[in-house]
Amino acid sequence: MTEPSREPKPQSRASASPPEASLSSSPQPLAAGALAALAQRLRRQVIRMTAQAASGHPGGSLSATDIIATLYFGGVLRHRPKEPKWEGRDRFILSKGHAAPALYAALAEAGYFPQAELATLRQLGSRLQGHPDMTLTPGVEMSAGSLGQGLSFGIGMALAGRLDARPYRVYILLGDGECDEGQVWEAAMAAAHFRLDHLTAMVDRNQQQIDGWTKDVMNLEPLADKWRAFGWEVIEADGHNLAQLQAAFSQAQSVVGKPAVIIAHTIKGKGVSFMENNPKFHGTAPRGDEVAQALAELGADPSERWP
Amino acid sequence: MSPRETYGKTLVELGRADPHIVVLDADLSKSTMTHHFGREFPQRFFNCGIAEQNMMGIAAGLAAAGKTVFASTFSVFATSRCFDQVRQSIAQPRLNVKIVATHSGITVGEDGASHHAVEDIALACALPGFTVLAPADPEEAAQAVAVAARTPGPFYIRLVRPPLPRVSPPDYHFVIGRSPVLREGRDLTLMACGMLVGEALKATQALAGEGVHCRVLNMSSLKPLDEAAIAAAAQETGAILTVEEHLEHGGLGSRVAAAVARLHPVPMAFIALKDTYAKSGKAGELLEHHKLTASHIQHLAQHLLKRKLAPTG
Repeated sequence: MTEPSREPKPQSRASASPPEASLSSSPQPLAAGALAALAQRLRRQVIRMTAQAASGHPGGSLSATDIIATLYFGGVLRHRPKEPKWEGRDRFILSKGHAAPALYAALAEAGYFPQAELATLRQLGSRLQGHPDMTLTPGVEMSAGSLGQGLSFGIGMALAGRLDARPYRVYILLGDGECDEGQVWEAAMAAAHFRLDHLTAMVDRNQQQIDGWTKDVMNLEPLADKWRAFGWEVIEADGHNLAQLQAAFSQAQSVVGKPAVIIAHTIKGKGVSFMENNPKFHGTAPRGDEVAQALAELGADPSERWP
Repeated sequence: MSPRETYGKTLVELGRADPHIVVLDADLSKSTMTHHFGREFPQRFFNCGIAEQNMMGIAAGLAAAGKTVFASTFSVFATSRCFDQVRQSIAQPRLNVKIVATHSGITVGEDGASHHAVEDIALACALPGFTVLAPADPEEAAQAVAVAARTPGPFYIRLVRPPLPRVSPPDYHFVIGRSPVLREGRDLTLMACGMLVGEALKATQALAGEGVHCRVLNMSSLKPLDEAAIAAAAQETGAILTVEEHLEHGGLGSRVAAAVARLHPVPMAFIALKDTYAKSGKAGELLEHHKLTASHIQHLAQHLLKRKLAPTG
């Protein structure tokens, strides 16, 4: 039932290394070509999942996919898919919870749960809720959906790590529209105040929110200056350039004494022509011919099984 | 002594015994008394500034990483200000966060309606998985806090600002979901919580002088309710008067009424704020103005007793 991955399963590598080689508990990063192919595969899963559920948020999932792929398969996160509660793991918090399909696709690919389960998204009895539920889904660190709350939660995890002298890092993915929420800036102030240099935020800067362009609904600019003014190291990257993202994460890890934010410039609906920059697909699933076209544009592999 | 003083003291004792206890405050640590913990354990104390939404999120994250978290501020700011953060980040994942809120009810008096917490019981009890407690005196507050620390899951503990006399018996042992009988009687039952337990006891004494013998229950455990004690009171005394300094809707009275309706319907009456916000004034003046004192309890109890004895009248 579990679809064979093109790459060896990450956990096979993890189990090959001694359990206490904690810093090497992340899977080996994929080579550039393989990482790009995997990101496209995650996108196809997002399309299939939301189409099957006939609801969900493909646009913001597709803009975030390369960031999430880089985290899980590009050598950023140290984690053990077969031991989701491993205390030494890096934490990834999806604050923009509506991008859950992209997270679920990555978690399934990493081996947290069977790929077949992706087809149950949003169904009664499924572990894959419409928005992430940390009590149900292996690998989900925080229950989210109501926006603006992830950075605060991440600060709590980062403070706990410091208290326990555990060297894990905390990563939080925010939407750009989410930055309208006042709590984000309360948390931005606090993370700098507590000098959380083991915490990295990412902003999925796709420039769109439900009612339109962010510049029209609620102007965020100058966004980088805002984060800088709040005491953060700001790193900007093309959020669809995997090498740039990897470099940005490396740079974030080297910052001392303050938190870092990666403003990842992205395109909502990335990878599917009729979804790109189309607000309709913020919260509408593709249907009928749209599904076939989307999968074709994303390089569907006829041998790929679904569910 | 006020309940917040015993709270502050208890936190320090808990902190000495358990290195996983951490405490958060939102710039009110000298009023909530968490500053005592902060002084002894600066590494485990985080002042979050005037940012309650962020504080609740940080509390949740710390709890998700294995900490037992106490988060304190005034009741108004601990509930309505950050309800969505408490709901999504703490209640839905049932994280181990103890919200201990001080300055509840209307006895911050002069500060006025903005600072009066009169919806907090309704809000906290609405959250699935929360245990909600309103201790009646400093001793019970200390015990409730200690029990919360060793009981997994989210708590809301409601404390008031003013000093309170002890109403718990000398050998008192607080148990979640148990409402101890403070006075025995068969004519009707007074069910009070928090600081008004003392007023209920005063009224009971006056009523005894009029030949009316009330049972008095300390309803400090608002959620879960002691349904056995409620059912027994309904069956054995035939009338119930609830007493609280909170809005009638969604408070102790509403919760007890729902249980009574299901378990054993009897006439009820309610001492509570009646769908209104209080104004500035001295605490005692406000309690009197809103008919929350012993004399009003006494008067309403007599009225309720008439309804019980002549139900058609």
